[in-house]
Amino acid sequence: MGSLLNKSRPPVFCPGCSHDRITQTLDRAFLNMGLRGEEVVIVTDIGCSGLFDTFFNTHAFHGLHGRALTYATGLKMAQPNLHVIVTMGDGGLGIGGAHVLSACRRNLDLTLLILNNFNFGMTGGQFSATTPSTAQVGSGFLNRLELPFDICRVAASAGAAYVRRCSGYAKNLWQEIENAVRFDGFSILDIWGICPGRYTKRNRLTPQIIEESLAKMPPIKNPVPENQREEYGRHYRNLAAGQKLVSPPKKMTAQFDPIKRKRMNVVILGNAGQRIITAGEILCLAGLATGFQTTQKNEYNITVLRGHSITEVILSPEAIGYTGIDRPDVIMALSQEGVDRRKRLFDSLNNSVLILQAPGVAIPSCKAEILQPNFKSQKIKSTDWALAALIVLAKMNRVIHLEMLKTALKYKFRNNILTSSLDLIERVSTD
Amino acid sequence: MEGNEAMAWGAVVSGCRFFAGYPITPATTIFNTMLKLLPPLNGICLQGEDEIASIGYCLGASMGGLKAMTATSGPGISLYSEHISFAIGSEIPVVIVDVQRLGPSTGSATRGADGDIQFLRWGNSGGLPVIVLAPVDVSDCFLMTIKAFNLAEEFRCPVFIASNKEIAMTRENIDMDAFDIPNIVERTPPPAGKPFIPFEVPLESKVPYFLPIGGDVIVRQTSSTHGADGYITTDTDEISRVQDRLNTKLTSKVKSFSFHESYLEKDSDTLLLAYGITARAARDVYHECKNSGSPISLLILKTLWPVPEELIKEKAEYVQRVVVVEMNLGQYVREIERILPDKIIDFLGQMDGRLISPNQIAKALAHG
Repeated sequence: MGSLLNKSRPPVFCPGCSHDRITQTLDRAFLNMGLRGEEVVIVTDIGCSGLFDTFFNTHAFHGLHGRALTYATGLKMAQPNLHVIVTMGDGGLGIGGAHVLSACRRNLDLTLLILNNFNFGMTGGQFSATTPSTAQVGSGFLNRLELPFDICRVAASAGAAYVRRCSGYAKNLWQEIENAVRFDGFSILDIWGICPGRYTKRNRLTPQIIEESLAKMPPIKNPVPENQREEYGRHYRNLAAGQKLVSPPKKMTAQFDPIKRKRMNVVILGNAGQRIITAGEILCLAGLATGFQTTQKNEYNITVLRGHSITEVILSPEAIGYTGIDRPDVIMALSQEGVDRRKRLFDSLNNSVLILQAPGVAIPSCKAEILQPNFKSQKIKSTDWALAALIVLAKMNRVIHLEMLKTALKYKFRNNILTSSLDLIERVSTD
Repeated sequence: MEGNEAMAWGAVVSGCRFFAGYPITPATTIFNTMLKLLPPLNGICLQGEDEIASIGYCLGASMGGLKAMTATSGPGISLYSEHISFAIGSEIPVVIVDVQRLGPSTGSATRGADGDIQFLRWGNSGGLPVIVLAPVDVSDCFLMTIKAFNLAEEFRCPVFIASNKEIAMTRENIDMDAFDIPNIVERTPPPAGKPFIPFEVPLESKVPYFLPIGGDVIVRQTSSTHGADGYITTDTDEISRVQDRLNTKLTSKVKSFSFHESYLEKDSDTLLLAYGITARAARDVYHECKNSGSPISLLILKTLWPVPEELIKEKAEYVQRVVVVEMNLGQYVREIERILPDKIIDFLGQMDGRLISPNQIAKALAHG
């Protein structure tokens, strides 16, 4: 195997930039591992670290600032055998912080090489997430107000399995890179370097100082013992292999004549927790059992078990256009909150409209036919009122009949729930 | 099933094997359904740490050779923006579902709207065109998703599906066996025997061949302004050629994907124009008008961007007046005014979370 460096595009870093040495050393690591260009993708961030992919004859993916790890994740999941190397500066660490933390938590087999030179080189030496508070940088006094972070300790506490920091001038840098690439999981190598174009114009930093500073950093045991676990991609594929194939929804065939071959609009006004949406679905299924078209439009709050829950069901022998209901045929008033939400619905009702009014629910005065089934004296829980109202409707042969309802229940429910809902049919009376 | 579920099924039929999303009402049930469907098919479904990551995963996976989809709502589309621009400029196929909810901003999570129609078109840096399809009902959610994948693969571009809470979370019966499922389009690999140049365009087309990153041939992808070789370029002639190609590869072909329904009545001087959920109320009005003996014509657009200008001009040719109805305060009507300067253009819009009813449309037709 030969060098993977791109002969036609030699590195173009500023004279004295440590990125140059890291480029050569990355190639040495590839060479040592015997990797071919087709087996590697270099995913690069923005800034000077974003130039790396162009210097190599490997697959290359250069994207937006801070997002390199997101593309790397998609690529590695799609191509599990590919060696995915991400180069990112200290700038990318800041703007892409959420992605770094997630990569640490996930442990997908990516290698993140952080080209940490303590400032934004390309845009004029502004401060980054790793710039010392004492440094003179292109952001005026602002860096004096913030503390730099140690990405290695952050990564270790976020769950990274492999965390190392080293100097870009280390003699064994190739070995450090190779170890990180070979690690089976997410690995971070925090490589400290010098930006002669910007940072060292106003700050003293030499390979020697880097070496001394690294020696003063709190040590991190690597690989991080408490973070050792299965590699994400393999783990994902193992768990996915155990998931059951999902079949398309069962068909509901037409098996009954409808009560009337005409469109029926039913509005159920209730509360979250009353299984309003489920009742609406059962009503649709009952309609499908006569070969009708059905729509179910729902309205509820994002909270669970609190607030109103409204469903509007249309059963029609014709194709259904508008899915809202301005002129209902049946209103089930099952909770005050539901009724209050749709007061306007009661404005212009005539006596062909049926209202099922549950105990304790007040409705605006109107001309509709009102039935007040006493669910309380029948000892029916409020959570069953929506289904009970459907049963009342079916027992009256309005909109649906009992066989339609039973067919819908058998389609929707299994075992205990089916038994208890069929029992409910026996318990509910229309008065 | 609901529209969101139908989209997930459509995606699977299209060969989609990668989905990533971040939970957001009213799009979450697409993620939920993909999470059930994909893993048993050796597909991948991920929950991103945010929307930027979700679509970033999709771009990586798409370049890795998988058909990819993500789904969100307005607040998520806002965060997708940088990656939408990337997918446009670097020709990465991806399907992006926007289940629109009432905006602006956080807005109302459980109320519908069509408020993102211009945003989808222009919410990218550089302003190059995108494809936006608009389903009308649950069956459309299934079929338009397949068409969206086909277009994304054919043109190597992001394709949006502009859904709406009122389609996405409304349940409706569908007959999956009765669907006329389009042929599934795959990416075109280069002919054998020549070195692969990542963005080189075949003579007869404006779309580069595709090879995946991770295959036997080295592939370069970059978000920088690039030439055919996939390297950053400053050659203004080459830049100009690429921008022109990115622009016209879609606009010159919109005739081949101008999806629509039209009901033209000879005796009508008015064309009602609608899309998305509002088209259903418009269809009711069309039937009522026809039954009452004063027919109107109706055009339902299912391709919104690039604007199917020829189609709209053709359908509006014999009317004097066009009434545009949409669930916002006037977005697509701007395009109609632009294309049909010599017609009377009336507008009915509403942005309060309620559907526009057939009654409202009938009134607008009568009083315009």
